[in-house]
Amino acid sequence: MLEIKNLHASIDDTKILKGLNLSVSAGEVHAIMGPNGSGKSTLASVIAGREDYDVTDGEINFGGSELSDLGPDERAREGIFLAFQYPVEIPGVSTTNFMKTAVNQVREANGEKPLDAVQFLKLMKEKMKLVNIKQELLSRSINEGFSGGEKKRNEIFQMAMLEPKLAILDETDSGLDIDALKIVSNGVNALKSNENATVVVTHYQRLLDYIVPDFVHVLMDGKIVKSGDKNLALELEEKGYDWIKVKN
Amino acid sequence: MSKDDKILKEFTSKEYEHGWSVDFDVDQAPKGLNEDIIKLISSKKEEPKWLLDWRLKAFEHFKKMSEPEWSNLNIPKIDYQDISYYSAPKKKKMLKSMDEVDPELIETFEKLGISLLEQKRLSGVAVDAVIDSVSIGTTFKDKLSELGIIFCSFSEAVKEYPELVKKHLGKVIPAKDNYFACLNSAVFSDGSFCYIPKGVRCPMELSTYFRINASNTGQFERTLIVADEGSYVSYLEGCTAPMRDENQLHAAVVEIHAEKDAEVKYSTVQNWYPGDKNGKGGIYNFVTKRGICNGSNSKISWTQVETGSAITWKYPSCILRGDNSVGEFYSVAVTNNYQQADTGTKMIHIGKNTKSKIISKGISAGHSHNSYRGHVNVLKRAKNSRNFSQCDSLLLGNKCGAHTFPYIDIENKSSMVEHEATTSKIGEDQIFYCLQRGIDEENAIALIVNGYAKEVLKQLPMEFSVEAQKLLSLTLEGSVG
Ligand SMILES: Nc1ncnc2c1ncn2[C@@H]1O[C@H](COP(=O)(O)OP(=O)(O)OP(=O)(O)O)[C@@H](O)[C@H]1O
Ligand SMILES: [Mg+2]
Repeated sequence: MLEIKNLHASIDDTKILKGLNLSVSAGEVHAIMGPNGSGKSTLASVIAGREDYDVTDGEINFGGSELSDLGPDERAREGIFLAFQYPVEIPGVSTTNFMKTAVNQVREANGEKPLDAVQFLKLMKEKMKLVNIKQELLSRSINEGFSGGEKKRNEIFQMAMLEPKLAILDETDSGLDIDALKIVSNGVNALKSNENATVVVTHYQRLLDYIVPDFVHVLMDGKIVKSGDKNLALELEEKGYDWIKVKN
Repeated sequence: MSKDDKILKEFTSKEYEHGWSVDFDVDQAPKGLNEDIIKLISSKKEEPKWLLDWRLKAFEHFKKMSEPEWSNLNIPKIDYQDISYYSAPKKKKMLKSMDEVDPELIETFEKLGISLLEQKRLSGVAVDAVIDSVSIGTTFKDKLSELGIIFCSFSEAVKEYPELVKKHLGKVIPAKDNYFACLNSAVFSDGSFCYIPKGVRCPMELSTYFRINASNTGQFERTLIVADEGSYVSYLEGCTAPMRDENQLHAAVVEIHAEKDAEVKYSTVQNWYPGDKNGKGGIYNFVTKRGICNGSNSKISWTQVETGSAITWKYPSCILRGDNSVGEFYSVAVTNNYQQADTGTKMIHIGKNTKSKIISKGISAGHSHNSYRGHVNVLKRAKNSRNFSQCDSLLLGNKCGAHTFPYIDIENKSSMVEHEATTSKIGEDQIFYCLQRGIDEENAIALIVNGYAKEVLKQLPMEFSVEAQKLLSLTLEGSVG
């Protein structure tokens, strides 16, 4: 589904990704761990097509086609979803309105009819249950004055609405209380199928107890330096990143 | 060019959609401004002597005045002798139904998406259509007249209800008030008149569509709204104009009277032709709008969405004379390319416990300049009065300008004035967030801008609000991709 080869990316002439390789197949869950500033969010942004980053070398294939010519909105409509580490506020725009615009534009791109108000509300109600989010929150300006946990929950709600093929969750667990962590993880798991894939970026093994990864990768200094199964996360939790540095 | 700039450039280059003009059979006065022209206008309209005298007196004064220079605008020299001050469709017979309306006119409305029939059927809005200064086709009249509501063209009102007109004309905006109001007083062509009798709640939105159609014809509309004790009316005015090369002057006057316990809501969507991408052409819109809350507990609320015109100069204001009266001003002003807008309000607190609220949202793109100019004046006897002002500016790109000029005078100690102002840029983060959800750039900007202006847009009646949202996006969008 996602094939990244020798990816080099920089921002304002600072090299951040330096030859990264990653392969994700449908039905899989991948976890990416790594120290602060190692380039995890950068990777997520580059996959999503954020134009501030220059891809200087390498390629990203998604669903069999090269992504470099596609803008971020086109990539999103192809089924790439990014749950932001820092979700953005848009004053005066409710999550409901935001999602209605998004869902209908994605549908239009797929040759489907837009949902009318009734159909949309029905879909929303169904997805709200998944992450146990309240209508009241969705009527407020998106992310404005949301608590840290509410923001993250709202991201997963949006993911549920858009049903992406590839979801990248950037530190969705940070800021969540223990109950919310379970709810959000259950939501993510409920959305899992053989046709989609999930990449979770996290610092904590705890999340991986709920969203169990098939692969764990360690990103350091712009490269994936080690990959393994879920036990790698346990090992990292115990030994820290120095252990890998030493081994390299 | 950064991504931000690129997007903005793309977005801000959409051509004006209503760019076409229809040839009407026009009865047009020769160019120039003098007593004879004023007499011609007055006689064409079969006006009584008192009104002609009123016009001439205004003209006498006008000759002594000079154009204002205090606004933050760069106004090219206007040659007032090079303007024709009157034009009217030749067919002057009264029309009873839409069937009698010039088919070309109906076509015009349809191109604009404002079919009268549709309006009639769908929204229950009575439409007084003003084309080139003369009203053609007034609907819903019967229904309104059952309630004693008068809604007609200004000329008709002069003929049918001279006492009402005489009593109120020029009382809120005296002929000498300012240069453009004075010019209007001398040469006004037509407009709308509305009277709501005591205790009557107008059951529908009253609406007028304005449109400039003849080349080189200044538009000098005159609107007078009188809400008698305990009455209510919501009045809409919207316009869109065809593309043309030469600048056109538009100097309208709107006066509102609200008596004791009366409420008037006045909403405008203004979309005059703004000129092309390089700032060539476009309408000069110099409007004087003012309302008086004459009686206690009365209320006047102005809501405006300003997207058009090359130059806008407009300060819908409230004189809060009655105790406990309320004045409100909600404004969204969008400028793009080389447009200039200097708009705001004056709230004059005279009565006790009077309240005013100002919400102004400026949006500037391209090379445009957008200024808020407001004056809150609380007089000595206006004890316990309150004002809240919120003036926000949103910038798209870095070649445009936003300016805020709030003037505050409080002459007593028991009153309170609060002023908040912010300036922000549309964020690249916000755009990326939208894009990442599959929303394209055009829709992203539309969403963000409409969100920003929401507090004002929600003041508009439903159908108008939808239209206004489209206009906002249209003004800022470009042909993307
Ligand atoms: N505009 C920029 N100019 C220069 N360096 C930048 C810029 N933006 C990000 N960086 C740097 O890129 C590096 C990678 O950042 P990134 O956000 O991808 O890290 P991360 O792995 O997600 O970290 P965290 O775990 O703290 O979220 C950091 O060192 C950061 O300071
Ligand atoms: Mg990060």
